[in-house]
Amino acid sequence: MPSASSSSSGGEWTISSVREALTAKRISARELAGDFLARIEKRNPELNAFLALSPERALAQADRVDALVARKEPLPPLAGLPLAVKDVLSTHGVPTTCSSRILEGYRPAYDATAIERLEQAGAMMLGKTNCDEFAMGGSNENSAYGPVRNPVALDRVPGGSSGGSAAAVAAGLAVAALGTDTGGSIRQPAAFCGIPGMMPTYGRVSRYGLIAFASSLDRIGPFARNVRDIAAILSVMAGRDPLDSTSADVPVADYGAGLDEPVRGMRIGVPTDYFGAGLDPHVKTRIEAGIAALERLGCRRVPLRMPHTDYAVATYYLIATAEASSNLARYDGVRYGVRVPGATLMEMYRKTRGRGFGAEVKRRIMLGTYALSAGYYDAYYLKAQKVRALIAQDFAQAFEQVDAIVTPTSPVPAFRLGERTADPLAMYLADIYTVTGSLAGVPGISVPAGKTPDGLPVGLQIFGPAFGEAQMLRLAHAFEQSGAGI
Amino acid sequence: MRVAELAYLELSESEVDAYQRHLDSILTYAEKLNELDTTGVEPMAQVAPPGAQAAGTPLREDVELPCRIIGEVLAGAPEATSTHFRVPKVIER
Repeated sequence: MPSASSSSSGGEWTISSVREALTAKRISARELAGDFLARIEKRNPELNAFLALSPERALAQADRVDALVARKEPLPPLAGLPLAVKDVLSTHGVPTTCSSRILEGYRPAYDATAIERLEQAGAMMLGKTNCDEFAMGGSNENSAYGPVRNPVALDRVPGGSSGGSAAAVAAGLAVAALGTDTGGSIRQPAAFCGIPGMMPTYGRVSRYGLIAFASSLDRIGPFARNVRDIAAILSVMAGRDPLDSTSADVPVADYGAGLDEPVRGMRIGVPTDYFGAGLDPHVKTRIEAGIAALERLGCRRVPLRMPHTDYAVATYYLIATAEASSNLARYDGVRYGVRVPGATLMEMYRKTRGRGFGAEVKRRIMLGTYALSAGYYDAYYLKAQKVRALIAQDFAQAFEQVDAIVTPTSPVPAFRLGERTADPLAMYLADIYTVTGSLAGVPGISVPAGKTPDGLPVGLQIFGPAFGEAQMLRLAHAFEQSGAGI
Repeated sequence: MRVAELAYLELSESEVDAYQRHLDSILTYAEKLNELDTTGVEPMAQVAPPGAQAAGTPLREDVELPCRIIGEVLAGAPEATSTHFRVPKVIER
């Protein structure tokens, strides 16, 4: 916990400290929400982490929580939690743009299930966070509303695509945030900003109300100040939702319950394929130190080969863009957002899409359109789906021998704004360690693993088997408690 | 660029040039997948939850429910009447 002197920074709050302060009446939920909204107003011009605030909604929720406190009724699990939400999640009446011009002014008529569940558990939604347009990018520089700055180093990117959510939590502008992860969009910004961020198993959290990018990959997950809060949020969000047929009917654990159990004897797989060319030596040093810390906790290190890792980026970008080209066909100037007039319906479609989408989104729509087009479908899309099966098989075989897989989250720490925008392929290649787990459908978490000599945060990534979140979080929590991440 | 037409995207000439180069480099990189022999490998289209293979996609009951948000939905459209989205004329005489 930060010292008392940081009490105005917002970073000292956790779900449990909020709860204790509310119960002891040291602060009301309304005061807490007001403090955070004021902090955002002050800090956001510099960081650009938030695109819209929802003060009415946060304060109305605060009043409900304060009424429970006044009546001495039991508080729900996330009572008074100041929460930020990535702007790709639908929020009733609150602007939802996906950081795109094409959805400027759009206010959804309903809420995403994940948000509904968090609010039912007492969370106060402060506002919507900036991200790469339609969640496409790894630096938050693809937002139509300008890049987010990394609160740890203001000349650097916060990572992406959920850069605003990561920056908001790291800067103490929210106690937790929702992001989405399609190829690393929670884990990589978590690593860049020095906080934990988690991608649950595919199907663990309902995606109803998530504006789709790549449907076979998209997942919703939390950022927080510590692993315990991540576990608490997942426990509330997870579970079957009749409104999302891909949400799994698998029992939901209380993910916070077993966090303190020992990790002695856990087998942690370390795939040599994640430590090759391209890995920054300072990142490598921190990850090696992190693995050594896990060994000191009694975990057994098991060297692994995951031979298809090197094919994951190509596979991911063919599949994700193919799905995106189909999902983003709905933005045509008819039902929501912006319309650029045209003499004919076709002209209206083409102008609206040509001007409404940003450069990276258009690039990906075209790549995906190409990969799905007649004559190329088998060579690109179908081939990628077959290689995806091989990558998933690497994970299945690994989890026959180990309980968790430990890797770097990103080969590099946060880079400077503008440093990597010229070469899209080079940017894609930096997703190498995160896209693998996305393709396989397994859960993954990035936890802080110390800093480079320049003071830039490094993230250690832990993958667990499908629906093995409880065990994965226990390991992440033990790592955090070991102090190896400081 | 034929792909831009298929994707209904109006592009400027400079955009076409840049995208052509980017797509070339990305697709050349993607040819790396041909190093792998995938004969007999089943394509993976979806991550199936445990038990789903046998049961198929879990479907809910098809129950008719009233939609109470039509007005709100139409109010968010660029151009709409109280019952329809409006678009430029589609049928030519």
